[in-house]
Amino acid sequence: MVEEKFDAIVIGAGMAGNAAAFTMASGGLKVLQLERGEYPGSKNVQGAIMYANMLEKIIPDFRDDAPLERHLIEQRFWMMDNTSHAGIHYRSDDFNEAKPNRYTIIRAQFDKWFSRKVREAGATLLCETTATELVYDITDKVIGVRTDRAGERILADVVVLAEGVNGLLGTRSGLRETPRPETVALAVKEMHFLPEEVIEQRFGLKGNEGCVIEAAGTISRSMTGLAFLYTNRESISLGIGCLVSDFAATMESPYALLEGFKNHPSVRALIAGSELKEYAAHLIPEGGYKAIPQLFGDGWVAVGDAAQLNNAVHREGSNLAMTSGRIAGEAIVQVKCRNAPMTKRNLVLYKTMLDDSFVLKDLRKHKDMPALLHTNSHNFFMRYPQLISLAAQNLVRVDGTPKIDKEKATTAAFIKGRSRWGLVSDALRLALAWR
Amino acid sequence: MTITVPPVRVEDKLYQNRYLIDAGRPHIKVRPHQSPSANLLALTRICPAKCYELNATGQVEIAADGCMECGTCRVLCEESGEITWNYPRGGFGVLFKFG
Repeated sequence: MVEEKFDAIVIGAGMAGNAAAFTMASGGLKVLQLERGEYPGSKNVQGAIMYANMLEKIIPDFRDDAPLERHLIEQRFWMMDNTSHAGIHYRSDDFNEAKPNRYTIIRAQFDKWFSRKVREAGATLLCETTATELVYDITDKVIGVRTDRAGERILADVVVLAEGVNGLLGTRSGLRETPRPETVALAVKEMHFLPEEVIEQRFGLKGNEGCVIEAAGTISRSMTGLAFLYTNRESISLGIGCLVSDFAATMESPYALLEGFKNHPSVRALIAGSELKEYAAHLIPEGGYKAIPQLFGDGWVAVGDAAQLNNAVHREGSNLAMTSGRIAGEAIVQVKCRNAPMTKRNLVLYKTMLDDSFVLKDLRKHKDMPALLHTNSHNFFMRYPQLISLAAQNLVRVDGTPKIDKEKATTAAFIKGRSRWGLVSDALRLALAWR
Repeated sequence: MTITVPPVRVEDKLYQNRYLIDAGRPHIKVRPHQSPSANLLALTRICPAKCYELNATGQVEIAADGCMECGTCRVLCEESGEITWNYPRGGFGVLFKFG
């Protein structure tokens, strides 16, 4: 049999893989995309929030037919203790704009749509196909892959590794390390269905408006973690994630944490009467800038979660995935147009372009945040939420105690809980890591 | 005051999911052992699909049918050789309807 040769093979049909495949196919390259699931999206899990700006750069008129759930007009950040939440809410009618900025999506549906666009752009998609190993030439340049179908080689000038956070191909080939327990979070998520009008009532929404809640505090039982609740059109996605190293140390069960969040008095009423239709689990890259592996080499590039490109501080991932996929695709098209070989020397263009984008600028800015939050989890996820709840309750409860005594009690609680030096040093370290 | 949480059965959650099981070809295997390491033992509690269980004689066993392919066990126990981890063959395993 004659071996078929492509300009590029893309491993995976998630956000990064679809962005890369679309960009390269639109640029006239002969692209093969491999997906191990039955259909694109069948192995993918996300909250999920989709960022319009980054998709517009790939498919400008996506709003015409993409399966979008709700555009977000309200963001709530909650700090929770066992019975309360203190929050910052931001809601603005400005988000009811002609081209809204953020949408909730359901990944399995969105990925099918995105994949259809990729195929319309001319790429070939092969589902139910797991890439099992990379193929090298005698100079150690990647020249293709083997799959679990029949074992024959598929050759290409370049392989785009968009295989996700738990991708086996790149790690087994020694192109990057397997993620460490300290640099990935395990998140569990459930899909709860409710009638559209019930969701709109409970969150004060009309039409396609949507609301997002992100919550930290005692719900993660002193582990570094975050819970979320997103409104879709007729369902609510909610979940919680914590560092794998914290799970291993505490031996807390993720599904028990999720039940704790769902049964918190602030959450229970929001999902009451809903019907559970799916339970999912996935890893999230949390290591930030310092955990980013080598992004390119002879005949290959890595994009998206496979390259740990996730902004844990701002809880952004799919936009970094889309953008890194697009930029890798553009770099490859440029190299191809010059008729230059897909060597490490030429593919450095991808890294140069990524350095110039928000992807690496944002991750570089927050490079010290993971270390700060991961090593002070008891303070940031247990003690401070409890103290803030105490302070808020002290402020609003009217019981005849003079205000001066209340304020003294609040200050004393903070000093007792964390010590003067601890408070100052936490504030300083947070400021330094954030700037 | 603490939150009262009704007992949770992971099986009930997994029952909602769609799987195509590759019968007789488990994609994760546990190496035979006398007593499990701390990480391997932790999997009996932290695997989100509760695939890992401690048997009567103190070894950790796996039944990967409900596996959601998250990779937590791979991150904790592959390097030490206590488990071998592969993706299911193309098309098999968990098939998320929503993701």
